[in-house]
Amino acid sequence: MRFSGTDSYIATTDLTMAVNAAIVLQRPLLIKGEPGTGKTQLAVEVARALDRPLIEWHVKSTSKARQGLYEYDAVARLRDSQLGDARVHDIANYIIKGKLWEAFEAEVQPVLLIDEIDKADIEFPNDLLQELDKMEFYVYETRQTVRARHRPIIIITSNNEKELPDAFLRRCFFHFIRFPDEAVMAEIVRVHFPGLKKRLLQEAMASFFELRELPGLKKKPSTSELLDWIKLLVADDIPPEALRDPDTQKAVPKLYGALLKNEQDMQLFERLVFLNRRGK
Amino acid sequence: MLLDLFYSLRKARLPVSVTEYLTLLEALDRQVVAGSLDDFYFLCRSALIKDERLFDRFDQVFSAYFKGRELSLQELFGIDDLTRIPEEWLRRQAERYLSDEERQQIESLGGFDELMKALQDRLREQQEAHHGGNKYIGTGGTSPFGAYGYNPEGVRFGQDNGRHGRAVKVWERREFRNLDGSVELGTRNIKLALRQLRRFARTGAAEELDLDGTIGATARNAGMLDLQLVPERRNATKLLLFLDVGGSMQPFVSICEELFSAARSEFKHLEHFYFHNCIYENVWTDNRTRHSARIPTTQILHTYSADYRVIFVGDATMSPYEILMPGGSVEHWNEEAGAIWMQRLLTAYPHAMWLNPQAESRWPLVPSIMLLHKLMSGRMAPVTLEGLERGIRMLRQASSTPPAMSSVTDNGR
Repeated sequence: MRFSGTDSYIATTDLTMAVNAAIVLQRPLLIKGEPGTGKTQLAVEVARALDRPLIEWHVKSTSKARQGLYEYDAVARLRDSQLGDARVHDIANYIIKGKLWEAFEAEVQPVLLIDEIDKADIEFPNDLLQELDKMEFYVYETRQTVRARHRPIIIITSNNEKELPDAFLRRCFFHFIRFPDEAVMAEIVRVHFPGLKKRLLQEAMASFFELRELPGLKKKPSTSELLDWIKLLVADDIPPEALRDPDTQKAVPKLYGALLKNEQDMQLFERLVFLNRRGK
Repeated sequence: MLLDLFYSLRKARLPVSVTEYLTLLEALDRQVVAGSLDDFYFLCRSALIKDERLFDRFDQVFSAYFKGRELSLQELFGIDDLTRIPEEWLRRQAERYLSDEERQQIESLGGFDELMKALQDRLREQQEAHHGGNKYIGTGGTSPFGAYGYNPEGVRFGQDNGRHGRAVKVWERREFRNLDGSVELGTRNIKLALRQLRRFARTGAAEELDLDGTIGATARNAGMLDLQLVPERRNATKLLLFLDVGGSMQPFVSICEELFSAARSEFKHLEHFYFHNCIYENVWTDNRTRHSARIPTTQILHTYSADYRVIFVGDATMSPYEILMPGGSVEHWNEEAGAIWMQRLLTAYPHAMWLNPQAESRWPLVPSIMLLHKLMSGRMAPVTLEGLERGIRMLRQASSTPPAMSSVTDNGR
């Protein structure tokens, strides 16, 4: 059982190494990297490549570690008790299973994605240590222990908004997805747009990497933005020459809106295009 | 043998733990790596290093450790049978048997830039697919371009599995240099660092349902609902930001802008003021009207309470007279020395620190920096990610009264 990328996801050697090490040793894999480099996508693709169900747990700033295990819906029980519902006598009726419980119960070994773990409170990862280590937890309300039938393959993504605790890091494998170089990027575009004309690809890549080099950009465009942009180019059937030609006024705003998401960046870019035109 | 690597990593102050080392051994035992040194490097990095900012340091240690050690890789993996000898090692052996002439040919193209230029030329010349030979791009052969061939400086095209590995080893390329923690920072990093200053408190109108409180109160109320409300949690940190503008601060404008924009979005209670070189009796909030709309420093002292945190941002590079002498300011006649105003601010606000965009190594060379460093009781930090974190820690702890004027001047000379 080895992961080596899929037909729609290009994984570099170091990434596949990290994924496989995590799978073999059954440790969580922590993924960091620039936004838009496919961190979340990795879990989807690993699940697809290995033909495993994917369970996604998207963490928010208000998420608590407990919510991944289970929640006791006290308010519903209170309401039922006031209405005299018979369900109220069994507390198990009010235990709502979380994503982790779901993953522990799965028939086949699932892939569990814990997305953007850094969004939550600083203590969040620490609260999950025991559960991820032992792959079991205790439900106080029903006095039962939930054990994983199969240790799930756990992929955790982080955007570096908070430092994760050392004790948590020590238990993970770690991989930092670097921004792909041109060769890898061309490969990525190829798997997403197999029929793309070579000239258009070359021109688009050239403008894309040029744009990334632009000094003073607030948010550099990344892989997902490039893919969106190429989708636009293909949909509008833009000829490759149009990308090179600085005089194609109509091309500028439409095309670059997909790459630049910030009005200051847009202004900077337009100013440069303008200067460029005057220089000719 | 791997224990040596472990200890050299620890010696380089990389936070590798025994747990992680054991994980690495377990992975090797389970044959996660196929046997090439590259794979081994990736595995080590993934198992031992959990912070991309440390990748560069790891690369350096790894590189230093493995330089000239290829032959003992066999020992490293603890294997005897030849089929599992690392590919890298075999490659080294193969290289030994290349003739001098072949070597020269390979070296003939010069450095990397040369190589890329040649590549462009070749791409233009070459029209059809090509295999073998030693010039054009294709497979096999000894041209620097193409796949499945041999050339130590080669550029590889579309080759899925490394055959000879690469000419410059991954860890020797030091691609993660930019991520090192001591480099300067962008808005996002600054925000992260500033976040450590957050102090949440529930203030204002009670408008959030307090679930636990409600349940508790309801239980006490014999099951009849008793709703409890609490105010929302808000970041209660208050911040005064003093920014040096003009003159020697010119090179640091962009970093200060970033710092400022990060701080503004992070704190609800943030007031900012500008000064030039050192704080005197006036500051201003708008640089365009700096001469007409001035704010007396005393007014600040009276307006903002002592629970405000104060951050000065400035390079503190000036003539010592500008700090120590009445009338020392380069812009106007100041009745009292800058140091006195600094002391007043520091007495009023025990939580203060100075961020200095100058490199920390330069500080001892500039007398005015050392003066302010003393005035701040050492609470000065450089504008790097690590420095900012250090500064925030200084800001958390209140200081005693600032040092007396006499002690500052005596040591400053």
